[in-house]
Amino acid sequence: MSAMNRRAALFAGASLAATVFAMPRRALAQAAAPTGPFTLPPLPYAFNANEPHIDALTMEIHHGRHHAAFIGNLNNMVKDHGQVAAMPLEQILARLGEMPEAIRTGLRNSGGGHANHTMFWQVMGGKGGAPAGDLAAAVTRDLGGLDKLKADFNGAGARVFGSGWVFVTTDRAGKLALVSKPNQDSPLMDGQHVLFGNDVWEHAYYLKYQNRRPAYLEAWWNVVDWAKVAERYAAAKAGSLRI
Amino acid sequence: MAFSLPALPYSTNALAGQSMCQETLELHHGKHHNAYVTALNGLIEAKGLAGKSLEQICAEAGKAGADGAPVLNQAGQHYNHILFWQVMSPSGGGDKLPARLAAKIDSDLGGLAAFKEAFKAAGVTQFGSGWAWLIIGTDGKLKVTKTANGANPISTGEGQPILGADVWEHAYYLDFRNVRPNYLDNFLNKLVDWSVVDSLLGSGGLKSGQAA
Ligand SMILES: [Fe+2]
Ligand SMILES: [Fe+2]
Repeated sequence: MSAMNRRAALFAGASLAATVFAMPRRALAQAAAPTGPFTLPPLPYAFNANEPHIDALTMEIHHGRHHAAFIGNLNNMVKDHGQVAAMPLEQILARLGEMPEAIRTGLRNSGGGHANHTMFWQVMGGKGGAPAGDLAAAVTRDLGGLDKLKADFNGAGARVFGSGWVFVTTDRAGKLALVSKPNQDSPLMDGQHVLFGNDVWEHAYYLKYQNRRPAYLEAWWNVVDWAKVAERYAAAKAGSLRI
Repeated sequence: MAFSLPALPYSTNALAGQSMCQETLELHHGKHHNAYVTALNGLIEAKGLAGKSLEQICAEAGKAGADGAPVLNQAGQHYNHILFWQVMSPSGGGDKLPARLAAKIDSDLGGLAAFKEAFKAAGVTQFGSGWAWLIIGTDGKLKVTKTANGANPISTGEGQPILGADVWEHAYYLDFRNVRPNYLDNFLNKLVDWSVVDSLLGSGGLKSGQAA
């Protein structure tokens, strides 16, 4: 029996159906939008838009629970810090060292989480394929071409021990680089722009891929929206890419 | 000698009634823990680990800082999971602790309720992957602490673990999804075998019996 089928069978069990399946949906319905300067961007496509590579339930929990939790934490954190509340997220992350010590780690974790996931939803929902135009040229020039990029990116993602991300960054001049980060750290904290990135926290893939992170990394390329990535690349070079 | 995956002390469906389902245990023990054992065995020669105990390897890798991380990731996780399987049981749960353990928790941690609160807070606030612990500190007192990824209280030099909860998402995602606090409540109230924790208190912490 496949893992999916085994899990489906498990979920059909009475006790599990009650405790496992109903629980997150009820919780989702109760998740009131926390008030404050930070808001959860709506997913730019349906939960099932990345099927079969990323399942709809994973998308729903990932966006509605994991990402939303970072927003709630951020809004709570800046309640008594008006100056921070007024800053754009990318500025907060680029200037973490100047943030109030009491909330610095929180801003790093939840602010990084907000930025990373905001970017993540944008670059998915596509059909994979290959980049075109000057993005394709940059991939060849800086990362050895798409095949090498995929292999190196998947390798870097597999090597992240614990939770984290793998990114392709760009500087203002359009030079690309591959970098991985632990937890919710972001290249924005190093003054780099994120072109695109993949989430390798287990929550990003566990329902469908369980322990098989390499299979998830491989499959993820099928949902990359290269047109969106190209938009981000143009914006980064024009100085207008925020997150 | 090489490291080996110890058999689970119960069947993979034994904890399903306590909200740790069969698939979680199959994957967690048979895939995740097993992968750490395989990776650690692959490092023995290259990293000069032959003849050392698992505990010694954890302590030395922890002292080596970033240089020790590749070994600690695997060795720590091997040790951590050996403990994790032992401290849960189908007959676990409840608030009836053996007298010795109860007295020690009362005197060092302010009682069972305060301990549970502190342990849960440690697990909830361990950002990313890691572990929550009850340890015998270097001063002999019980202490609640947490570590990231594959680290443990032996690698940090904090003390000897007698109870550990895995807060990597793989430990709870199939059963609790994103709701780590509920997983930790369930662990503390339904899964922990207090008699095992008490005997680890008596023996001064888990001795894995494993060596390279
Ligand atoms: Fe995520
Ligand atoms: Fe684990």
